[in-house]
Amino acid sequence: MAENEFDAIVVGSGISGGWAAKELCEKGLKVLMLERGKNIEHVKDYVNAMKGPWEFPHRGTRTQEMIENYPVLKRDYPLNEMNLDWWASDKDCPYTEIKRFDWFRGYQVGGRSLLWGKQSYRLADLDFEANAKEGIAVDWPIRYKDIKPWYDYVEKFAGISGNKDGIPHLPDGEFLPPMDLNCVEKDVADRIKKHYGGDRHLIIGRAAHITAPIEGRGVCQFRNKCWLGCPFGAYFSTQSSTLPAALKTGNLTLRPFSIVTQVLYDKDTKRATGVEVLDAETNQTYEYKSKIVFLNASTINSTWIMKNSATDVWPEGLGSSSGELGHNLMDHHLGVRVSGWVEGYEDKYYYGRRPNGFYIPRFRNLSGEKRSYLRGFGYQGSASREGWRQNIAEYSIGAEYKEALTEPGRWTFGMGGFGEILPYHENKVTLDKTKTDKWGLNVVAIDCELKENELNMRKDMLTDGLEILEASGVKDVSGYDGDGTPGRGIHEMGTARMGRDPKTSVLNKWNQVWDAPNVFVTDGSFMTSAACQNPSLTYMAFTARAADYAVNELKKMNL
Amino acid sequence: MNRRDALTRVSLILGGTIIGAEAFLTGCKPSAPALSTIEFTENNVTFLDEVGETILPTTDSSPGAKAAGIGAFMKVIVTDCYKASDQEVFLAGIGQLNEWAKTAAGNDFLLLTPEERTSLLTTLDKEAKAHEESKSEEAKSHYFTMMKQLTLWGYFSSEVGATKALRYVEVPGKYDGCMPYEKGQKAWAI
Repeated sequence: MAENEFDAIVVGSGISGGWAAKELCEKGLKVLMLERGKNIEHVKDYVNAMKGPWEFPHRGTRTQEMIENYPVLKRDYPLNEMNLDWWASDKDCPYTEIKRFDWFRGYQVGGRSLLWGKQSYRLADLDFEANAKEGIAVDWPIRYKDIKPWYDYVEKFAGISGNKDGIPHLPDGEFLPPMDLNCVEKDVADRIKKHYGGDRHLIIGRAAHITAPIEGRGVCQFRNKCWLGCPFGAYFSTQSSTLPAALKTGNLTLRPFSIVTQVLYDKDTKRATGVEVLDAETNQTYEYKSKIVFLNASTINSTWIMKNSATDVWPEGLGSSSGELGHNLMDHHLGVRVSGWVEGYEDKYYYGRRPNGFYIPRFRNLSGEKRSYLRGFGYQGSASREGWRQNIAEYSIGAEYKEALTEPGRWTFGMGGFGEILPYHENKVTLDKTKTDKWGLNVVAIDCELKENELNMRKDMLTDGLEILEASGVKDVSGYDGDGTPGRGIHEMGTARMGRDPKTSVLNKWNQVWDAPNVFVTDGSFMTSAACQNPSLTYMAFTARAADYAVNELKKMNL
Repeated sequence: MNRRDALTRVSLILGGTIIGAEAFLTGCKPSAPALSTIEFTENNVTFLDEVGETILPTTDSSPGAKAAGIGAFMKVIVTDCYKASDQEVFLAGIGQLNEWAKTAAGNDFLLLTPEERTSLLTTLDKEAKAHEESKSEEAKSHYFTMMKQLTLWGYFSSEVGATKALRYVEVPGKYDGCMPYEKGQKAWAI
């Protein structure tokens, strides 16, 4: 095989790219994984992971210089001193906001798998059937039974801790032992169960932190410093899980600093032949050839690559024949929060920093209920005791004040909503041919907004949240509808959706581009609807399924 | 870290309203004005060490804010993280505090006894609280609010504060969600 020829090329090394590489390598293919950013070596490059808070000059917070340099990242928590290198440079990689869209990117080997929240939930038929039942967008081409074995498969390898809760629309999985709810959360869970007659549930988050050994990885040490990289390999990331597995086969070549600018396409064979790469360090252009291509560059970037590809055949790019490429951009809408404090439990505390919280799965628009909006939302939150920031009424400064601040304060209880956004054709990404990035490449323009369905949902999110807390005996309950700007969920989805008909969808039921059957797209862009659960586990399952299909088709000489 | 906690944790660390970073977590506000070049002198740092030590003094159970290098910490944060307009309030505040010490207690702040300093800053804390409660949203915070906030944040996130005044475990190794607690036991640092 020539130096630039492979069986498969995987574009992107985040959650779904890592899975694609592992699966394809393990099935015997020679795989080239391309990553636009720098390499991050497992453990060795987690340079801040073992630091105490005092070892950061600004104790982790942002400086004015950082605010200046990161006009997008500064809009939410990602702009911080502790892992700034793992967030893409807003200045090098600008984009156009036709409407405000907060796009938080991780450009390095591992992508956002190093940074993600680890919450891992299955979608259910409630989600897969919703579009068809409600006449929204297009129907998912698969149902839960099609993806269930693949959820089983990826959960066992990734390691998801969780409890089998028996909630029909949040299917149980192949879980490692669950983390504990703390005593306040447990009692609130009981009160919710009683008050709502078993129709609402507060459960421990299902999360990709291992709580029992998995080969080559250590169990969670409850440090809660995950986003600095885990030296124990306890949370699922490309580095801790899929990359070592792929490398073990001897079939993987990983090339960092490789910006894929287009998928190369042969109009005679109607197949992709490889990709074009711009070396991010040298600005040299290279071509790599392969039999199949997996696009896992993250939703918006995979779409950007497709829009730049085969434009001599389709002016709007590879996969655009349906007119849906770049459309139906979704996220989850966040920003509604409720909180209060809990009386008592002064003789109770906790040990360890649990990198997880509780989850209240969706309870609206189930069993025939019809609200003023479609779909629903869940909540994530936790109970904890106040620390030194507590309000001490008796003292203002001095020795007694200091002593009072050093003891734990009241228990507080808070949670935030995660709502589904419907797929709207007019929420879209396009190419902005008037603006270029550091490498002279045209950037994307994002035009996306919440609409009436989401805005109505947010009202319920707030009133229901307040009601749940009050019904649970939480004191001084308050809440607000904060910033729900799309993008802030960091769950971009939908711009190359799956469907049953090539006229209305970009991908078929195997994540295969209708227009180019040897190109597979398995990052969030395939999502036909968003559901309200954190989506990464679903990307893993669909990626493993697509890789299996792709290799079988290759063997049958169908690609 | 559960990234959804990060927001809460950061704002907790910074004590609610974060002076000098109005753009923090909002994004829709205009970007911060250009930084002024501000100069902290050695004397300023010494002065702030003593202000911090008065707010959180050495006690039987743990060293005070001076042991955590609180003056140097304030210098770093005000210089790098504060907006220019807040830097001005803070720096002018050092002079104002000393002037007020002379007026109210008859001497430079650094020449007062610990008891005199405590009494002075207790009064100043009341003034600052009243200012924060009555001020308009656009109006600047009181300089003493800044000093107190920085002292708490800087001290409890310092090695001395986190490991001596509070409890810090680098690698907890397990999670117990219902541990018995007895009055007097220290809170976890993070």
